[in-house]
Amino acid sequence: MIVAEQKPIEEIKKLIEEHKKILILGCGTCVTVCLAGGEKEVATLASILRLTTKIKTVENTIERQCDAEFFDTLKEEVKSCDAILSLACGIGVQMTAKLFPDKPVYPALNTKFMGTNDEAGEWTENCLACGDCKLGIFGGICPVTRCSKSLCNGPCGGSSEGKCELDPENVECGWQLIYDRLKALNKLDILLHNEPPRDWSKTHAGGPRKLSKEDISGLE
Amino acid sequence: MIMEDKFKTGSNLEKVLAAGKFAVTAELGPPKSADINVITRKVSYLKGFVDAVNITDNQTAIVRVSSIAAAKLALDMGIEPIIQMTCRDRNRLAIQADIIGAYLLGIKNCVCLTGDHQNFGNHPTARYVFDLDSIQLIQMLKNMRDEKIFECGEEIKNSKKAEIKEPRMFIGGAANPFGDPFEFRVIRLEKKINAGVDFIQTQCIYDMDRFEKWMEMVRQRGLHKRCKILAGITPLKSLGMARYMKDSVAGIIIPDYYLERLEAAEDKKQEGLKICIEQINRLKQIEGVSGIHIMAIEGEKTIPEIVESAGLIRN
Repeated sequence: MIVAEQKPIEEIKKLIEEHKKILILGCGTCVTVCLAGGEKEVATLASILRLTTKIKTVENTIERQCDAEFFDTLKEEVKSCDAILSLACGIGVQMTAKLFPDKPVYPALNTKFMGTNDEAGEWTENCLACGDCKLGIFGGICPVTRCSKSLCNGPCGGSSEGKCELDPENVECGWQLIYDRLKALNKLDILLHNEPPRDWSKTHAGGPRKLSKEDISGLE
Repeated sequence: MIMEDKFKTGSNLEKVLAAGKFAVTAELGPPKSADINVITRKVSYLKGFVDAVNITDNQTAIVRVSSIAAAKLALDMGIEPIIQMTCRDRNRLAIQADIIGAYLLGIKNCVCLTGDHQNFGNHPTARYVFDLDSIQLIQMLKNMRDEKIFECGEEIKNSKKAEIKEPRMFIGGAANPFGDPFEFRVIRLEKKINAGVDFIQTQCIYDMDRFEKWMEMVRQRGLHKRCKILAGITPLKSLGMARYMKDSVAGIIIPDYYLERLEAAEDKKQEGLKICIEQINRLKQIEGVSGIHIMAIEGEKTIPEIVESAGLIRN
C-alpha cells in the first residue's frame, strides 16, 4: 500500500490560511489503513482546525481519491467551500485538483513510500516501482528498495551485523536479508552472477510513465 | 616500445605488480579548498616512497578538489596517480567522459568504488546517483579498454570512419573482509574479478585473524592468481581515533588487543606506527598478498617512515 503521514499542523494551517471554508477530504483506501487520511483522521484534523482557526470545515471521505468515479457525490459540497484539503496520497490530491479545476486543492499529508505494514504502527518501504521486477532473482527481497544504494551485485562495505551503516538502529541491510534467504533456499550460487547495469529508462528516469491496456481502454 | 605491448596499460603500478614486486600504494586526500599547497606538500611526502597514489573522489561524501584534477597535478609533480571513481556522484555518461578525459591527461589507473552514502558527508540533502554499482563500473572500464566499446555497445571512435581510440585504465577495486555477510565477501571479490578487475585494495585491516581467514577463502577459490591483492593499512594515531573507528565506522573491526597496547603506551602515535609495521611484516608473509595500500588519513607525512621501517624502500 501507499504509506503517508500527516504534515505538521502549522504547515497545514499556513497552506489554507487565506480561506474561510474548506472541504476536508479523506480517502478510504491506503491512507485509511496506514492511519493517515481516513474518516477518523479527517474528523481529528477538522476539530483541530475549528478549535485553533476561524476556518469553517466540511468533512467527507470517499472510497478512493485516485479514481474519478468516486467523486460524483461531492459536487455540491465542493461548491459550498472555497478550497479542498485532501488527506489522500499525492495521487489522490492530483486527481482531486484535476476534477475541480476552479478550486484550490492542498495536501494535508506527505506521501512517504509503498510498503508493508510490519506491526502495529510500523511500516517499511518495499517497492520503488522500478518497472522491471527482479524479485525472482533475489529471493523475493528487492535490492533496489531495501539497499540504501540500490546495489544489485551485493552489499557495500557498510553492512555490519545485518544492519545498514546509514541507520544501524532501524535499517536492515537488504543484502544480508537476500543472503540469508538465498542460503535458506539453497540458492547461494545465484549470487555469483553479475547483474548488468539496470535499464533505468523503465523507471521515472524515462519520463512520467503511462500504461494502456488496449483490450480495455475505450470500453466505457 | 615493443616492451609496452605485454602490458594492458603500461602504468608503473601494473609493471611493479607484473614483475612480482611487493607493491606499495598510498592514499592522498585532496583539499577541501582551492589550496594547491596541500597537494604539493602531500606529494612531496610520498614521492619516491610509493609505486602509485590513490587520489580520493569526494571521500566520505565531502566535497574536495576533484580526483582527476588533483591526479593530474600529482602526475606533473612526478608521482603516479590512481584516480578513485565512485558511483555516487556520476552516471554512466559522466563516468565514461571523465575516464576518457583522465586518460588523455596521462592517468592510467582507476579504482572503481560504490562510494560512501551522501548522508555521511557535508551535503546530506544531495541526491545520489548509483546508476551503476562498483562491479558494473569495473566491467564498463574493462569493456572500454579491451572491447573498445562504450557501455551502450558503440565503438569508441569519433566518427564512423575514424580510428578507434580507447582509454586504457589499469582497473582497481576495493574489498572489505570485515563487512558482513562474511561468506559473501569472497563471492563479491570473485564477481569483481569476473567483471575484469586487475587489482584490489582492501579496507584497512586490524583484525589479522579474520583477514587471514578471508585470504584462505580467497586462495581456496584461486582468486589471488586472478588479481593482485593489496592489503589496506591505516596507522592508529591515537587512542581516541582507535575507539572512534571501532565504535562508529561500519565495516571496521579493531581487536581490543590493539586498544590495550595504545592505552598502555606513553607515545600513542609511535605505538600506532609500531603496530602498523608489525602488521605489514605479517602481511608480507601471507600467500596471495601482493602489496600494501597505506591509508594514513590526513597523515601522509608518516608514510616514508612506515615504508622505511617495513623494509619496503622503492628503488
